[in-house]
Amino acid sequence: MSGSVVLVSGVSRHLGSAMARRLAADPSVARVVGVDVVPPREDIGGAEFVRADIRNPIISKVLAQSGADTVVHMGVIATPLQAGGRVTMKEINVIGTMQLLAACQRSTTVSRLIVKSTASVYGAGPKDPAKFTEDTEPRSQPQSGWGKDSVEVEGYVRGFARRRPDVTVTTLRFANVLGPVVETAMTAYFSLPAIPTVLGYDARLQFVHEDDMLECLRLAATSERPGTFNVAGDGVLMLSQAVRLAGRLDVAVPSALVGLVGGWFRRAGITDFSPEQVRFLTFGRCLDTSRLTEIFGFTPAYTTRETFEAFVDTRLGGGVLDRDRITDAEQRLVRLLGREPQEVAGG
Amino acid sequence: MADARIIPLGEGDRSGRLAASRAARGLSPRTPRRAPQRPPRGHTDGYAEPARDEHVPLEHADTIGDARAEVPAAADGVVADWLDFLRRRLTGEYGVDEMGFDPELTDRVLLAPLRVLYEWWFRVEARGLENIPDTGGALVVANHSGTVALDALMAQVAVHDHHPARRDLRMLGANLVYAVPFLGELARKAGHTLACTPDAERLLSEGNVVGVWPEGFKGVGKLYRDRYKLQRFGRGGFVAAALRTRTPIVPCAIVGAEEIYPMIANARTVARLVGLPYFPITPTFPWLGPLGTVPLPSKWIIEFGEPIPTDHFPDGAADDPMLVFNLTDQVRETIQQTLYRLLVQRRGIFH
Repeated sequence: MSGSVVLVSGVSRHLGSAMARRLAADPSVARVVGVDVVPPREDIGGAEFVRADIRNPIISKVLAQSGADTVVHMGVIATPLQAGGRVTMKEINVIGTMQLLAACQRSTTVSRLIVKSTASVYGAGPKDPAKFTEDTEPRSQPQSGWGKDSVEVEGYVRGFARRRPDVTVTTLRFANVLGPVVETAMTAYFSLPAIPTVLGYDARLQFVHEDDMLECLRLAATSERPGTFNVAGDGVLMLSQAVRLAGRLDVAVPSALVGLVGGWFRRAGITDFSPEQVRFLTFGRCLDTSRLTEIFGFTPAYTTRETFEAFVDTRLGGGVLDRDRITDAEQRLVRLLGREPQEVAGG
Repeated sequence: MADARIIPLGEGDRSGRLAASRAARGLSPRTPRRAPQRPPRGHTDGYAEPARDEHVPLEHADTIGDARAEVPAAADGVVADWLDFLRRRLTGEYGVDEMGFDPELTDRVLLAPLRVLYEWWFRVEARGLENIPDTGGALVVANHSGTVALDALMAQVAVHDHHPARRDLRMLGANLVYAVPFLGELARKAGHTLACTPDAERLLSEGNVVGVWPEGFKGVGKLYRDRYKLQRFGRGGFVAAALRTRTPIVPCAIVGAEEIYPMIANARTVARLVGLPYFPITPTFPWLGPLGTVPLPSKWIIEFGEPIPTDHFPDGAADDPMLVFNLTDQVRETIQQTLYRLLVQRRGIFH
């Protein structure tokens, strides 16, 4: 065998391009075909770009012509700001996935499907268990936005897996991704000079580093690792703690006013405070990744905290509560208080 | 910033005592504190964070109390210690576990007001703490009472401050707790989590001491005339969790909590309006306003009984409902008998 042919959807955005690049550099991959409606803004390395919309049946022809044996579906968009409106976003996410899966079902060459999904399929609420395993029934299913789209996407993927049991299907549910380049609602949120939080709640957050995400997808695309897996860096950060690590101040907003404040931010185009996002930042979520390490066979190189600290170092300038400034203030205070007894002890 | 910052820790007797109390707690002797050097970012482990540098963060309040009474130099060390704590709070350099438990915050801040209640107000007498193992999992099952769940918090103080291994009692709380602002946040930080089977089994299998109050709202919100009468013990989920993880069950009887807010009536309509499971009417609440929220200073006894082992049951015992019911009854009966015995021993409600 001369190596596999991989089709990557959603290649125009950063993670898609980076994935195409990484796969093109993999010796076991002969050819990478990247598909999207607009050309990639970044270099996609040795990968070829085919302009095609996954929302219409042309994708079937592209798939057949490329002779792809592996399909990596990364064409699910997280925020309406990126897609140009919620309607388009939903169409790309849901209809796009349906068309792509229809094409895969017809294909005689496809033997492996990898779907980049999200931990937001679990929703977030007060009745959630402390950690979600892949089999945990969500107790507060996402009612809108990306989470709901992802639940639907996973539903279609399960349907596909039933109809084509010969195709290996890997669904990866990623925690919020952070990295040197990726732009998400989370990166915009932590870039605010003062960070709005919900009064009286402190969410548990988990992050996954961009590199870990891409490596995990690469492993799934180049070897047989069927199943559904949670992917997140080890450990959790409390939202308040993350705000402090970023050197930012938090502004607690009473939950009754959260909708209003979120609306301002959305209209100003600063960041996307969807109701789903607000629930996540209220109640938080933690994933059990033991299946990932034990069955899938991958351990993220970055813990949640390391992911966040790397993000703070590369992307955020020092805030009001910069770490050095606080350490300095503490030292000065200690010296002020510590001088007298020290002299007494010395003399 | 790399210059050494040596804080005099006072005279020999004090450091000797500190070292002794530390040794008793199994902590390493204190090394001279240096300026916390900024670690290369991206190489810290979020979970094990509190043990960063040479800093030994667990300075218990009782030790601090001792230190204050001594030479000013010692007080200075305490100040520096708290400043260090404050700095780490402001820069986010502390660790929480995956359930959100923040051991340092719990020890230094959250338990501090509870200790005052424990030592001075309720004058709690904790018995049988040796029945909780020094290491490994155990499930503490206790009676619930008192209108406000102070009994659970006092049990947490007892296990944390007075058990030789200073263990953390990880409690399982009702859904309602996690939906209420502030309460849910504080509960998670204090190491509590939602009462559900996955969380209970996860905590037990990781070797934690887990506390459950299986009577739930039926117990804590019962009328004064029903005091010390155990209510139904849930559905026995806690027994199944102990069986599955093969951890011993430690029955615990709490006497005194029934009298702190004697609930003479339950305003059901008000409760329904504000979405609470009950709304207490006591001789002082709501009549005296904020003053009515002051608990009566009853004298408490918390007794931890002989552990009931669960490791001799065959595999799959947790799936045998009859066995689970019987074991639940055994635990319930043990606690009820202990309550009667303690009540007979008690001289009066307030002393």
